[in-house]
Amino acid sequence: MEATSLPAALELAAGGGAGLSPEKRAVLGASLLLLQRDYRFERVWFWGCIQGVRGAYYIAEGLGPDRAAPRSRLYSLNCVEWSLLPPATKEMVEQAEQLKGRFQGDPSFVYEYTERSAEDAERLFEDGKEPVIKEEIRLVATIEQIDRAVGIIPRGAFVKTPLGSVHENRNFEGLSLTEAKKLSSYFHFTEPVNLKNKTLLEKADLDPSTDFLDSLEHDIPKGSWTVQLEKGGTVVVLRSLLWLGLTFYHVPMTKQYGYVYFGTGEKNLDLPFML
Amino acid sequence: ERGHGPYQPHEPGYGLYQPGFSPYDDQIPDPKSRMLAIQNAKAYLLKSSTTSGLNLYDHLANMLTKILDERPANVVDIIENISKDVKWAQFQKKMDTLRDEHESLPTFEAAEKCKALFLKANGEGDEDLEEELGETPLPNVMETAFYFEQAGIGLSKDESYHIFLALKKLISVQPIQSCRFWGKILGLEMNYIIAEVQYHEGEEEEEAEEEEVTEEGEKGNGEVEDKDEEKEKEDEPPKSTYKPPPVIPKEENGTGANKYVYFVCNEPGKPWVKLPPVTPAQIVCARKIKKFFTGRLDAPVVSFPPFPGNEANYLRAQIARISAGTQISPTGFYQFAEEEGDEEEEGGGGRDTYEENPDFQPLSVAEMVDSLSTWVHHTQSILKQGRCVWLNPLQKSEEEEDEEEEEEEEKEEEGNAEEPDELQQEIGPPLLTPLSEDEGIQNLPAWTAQPSTNLIPQYAVAILQSNRWPGAYAFASGKKFENIYFGWGHKYSPESHTPALPPPVQVEYPSGPEITETRDPTLEEELAFKAAKEEALAAAEEEEDDEDVEDDEEEEDD
Repeated sequence: MEATSLPAALELAAGGGAGLSPEKRAVLGASLLLLQRDYRFERVWFWGCIQGVRGAYYIAEGLGPDRAAPRSRLYSLNCVEWSLLPPATKEMVEQAEQLKGRFQGDPSFVYEYTERSAEDAERLFEDGKEPVIKEEIRLVATIEQIDRAVGIIPRGAFVKTPLGSVHENRNFEGLSLTEAKKLSSYFHFTEPVNLKNKTLLEKADLDPSTDFLDSLEHDIPKGSWTVQLEKGGTVVVLRSLLWLGLTFYHVPMTKQYGYVYFGTGEKNLDLPFML
Repeated sequence: ERGHGPYQPHEPGYGLYQPGFSPYDDQIPDPKSRMLAIQNAKAYLLKSSTTSGLNLYDHLANMLTKILDERPANVVDIIENISKDVKWAQFQKKMDTLRDEHESLPTFEAAEKCKALFLKANGEGDEDLEEELGETPLPNVMETAFYFEQAGIGLSKDESYHIFLALKKLISVQPIQSCRFWGKILGLEMNYIIAEVQYHEGEEEEEAEEEEVTEEGEKGNGEVEDKDEEKEKEDEPPKSTYKPPPVIPKEENGTGANKYVYFVCNEPGKPWVKLPPVTPAQIVCARKIKKFFTGRLDAPVVSFPPFPGNEANYLRAQIARISAGTQISPTGFYQFAEEEGDEEEEGGGGRDTYEENPDFQPLSVAEMVDSLSTWVHHTQSILKQGRCVWLNPLQKSEEEEDEEEEEEEEKEEEGNAEEPDELQQEIGPPLLTPLSEDEGIQNLPAWTAQPSTNLIPQYAVAILQSNRWPGAYAFASGKKFENIYFGWGHKYSPESHTPALPPPVQVEYPSGPEITETRDPTLEEELAFKAAKEEALAAAEEEEDDEDVEDDEEEEDD
């Protein structure tokens, strides 16, 4: 969610019972602004909070002029001092996928591989490195996975210029109520995967400036999003069932939207059993 | 020489040469012809489109008016969008009334319901005001919300206030002695807001009578069936000898897992629905399945093992499990009432009632956070059986024992002697056990304790989060404490959920000396058998021949 609209946004996304204490809210207002100044971000998003066993990580993302470029991620344990996280790589994500269990809350905590296949063991012994992962790496990989899988925006909120960069659409006035209840009005804010697989007929209907991302319609498994109207039907709230804790809110016919993650940072692999 | 323009529409050169761009421009155009050119251009612009009925002149005028009124920044970048918007606005007006009616209706209705919460109910005069000011079962939801907010837990203030009023409505309708906001469980289509309630004594009798009636009805059916069996024993195919395990009766309302009654509603403003009491079978099954709630109480729960009930029962079972596992209070707040009898007489059930301790001295927040032994569970834990107090299902009343003797005799006749296993009595941790006894999962402690703020320790609140049931929170500050749950209603397990496997295929018939299954002989075996048989026959014939010969010989000798 936008750092500038944090208080209002937290009220709208509080349906799940998770939020921030007044102390954190107050300090974020100031520290996110300072982040913007120090790192020269154009936009700062408060991404959310990953709850560890002994502490919590507060995550912020900074965006540059091209909103679709890889975002810089920062974490903090107390919302006052922020540290930049290394950019996520494929190996990090693969390594982190093997880890299970909660985050510990200590960024220097070291996980040890418990199970590894014979091939991995050979590879690792060749490198001469020990099979350990730091919690920081796991954090980066988890945030990247969550953003890629369930970071969403309403359709039309961003436009792609002919040069390829992506900007906010100043003409976006919000989705209508009927549109807001449909999953096809929301896009994953990440590199599109399924776009090329659409038939020519479907592609003809797309508007290349706004429809350059994957919509939520074809997410697997089906039903991994819940769409609810809260506050008497004035706010549309989408919650992801794959990453429990991700909440997206949008007030129809206004420009207010955003997503935030409050959770333990674990993927819900039991989803097919639970539906 | 004059130029060839201006061309008239029917002439072939029309439109090719614009005024000012024709190849004859080096000549100064005639002002009169320029006026004509302008008029032609304007006429062209005023031409209405055959498809939309708009014309470019009006459209440009509207667009420029809008731009000059609004003066957005960097207009040239968004000019196409502005154009689209102006066109769209033209069309919208015709369908406006219809669209407004259709879209706003659900939001208006919801707002009406919300407003109804804020209106005082009819019939409340000034006399009732005095009653309200006294002891009321209504919990102070806003105060609880304030303490939880210090830790970042809780719903938005609006929603909390709505829930506050909804609880007030509930209390005015039902005869309630104590009430508590238990929490919120999220669902796929709708969410549940749950209130934990205790009735006044004596108000709960109606349900018990209904259940007794149904039980007697079932018993009557059982007797009829037995008679039929005796008559048709010889003709019927063999009856299944499967005896379902004895049904463990649910706990009485007001005790054990059914100590409290729960009301749910989807949104504050909607009517409260009472959840049925929970049975041990439902709790045992709920431990094996993991399903999301849909938000409709009558939705079926499709799972394996099949859940005995619908979503209302599943919800009640999960609430019972969460309450049993995560309702905690500071040590010393509750104490056991002094009892005169011996503890052992209760048969190992342990104490199940507690009362508030008037001499409770609250500990400091630092102490509450440092050690988990400063907190205790004040709800009974649920045993493996599904009840809080263990009941031996094989102990039956005298009537049932007589029936059982008859059945046992029948069983012996059929040659089945399956003796029920002796069940071990299950004992759970006693009431008011400290949290330090809670088992963690692998290397994860069962609870995480934190103060709400490190910056202002004088006014910090001690917050506990459960790791076994993510979403269960408790706070303590001085003499105040409270528990709450916000979540999806499932237990945490580091391993993935593995559904129960189907039981092994049952044997069709008992394997004994009269019926055994053996493999069919193979071709070689059959041929070998045949060959052996022929040999035996041949040998037998030879023997006979031999004997005949011998007889003959013997005869000859004589």
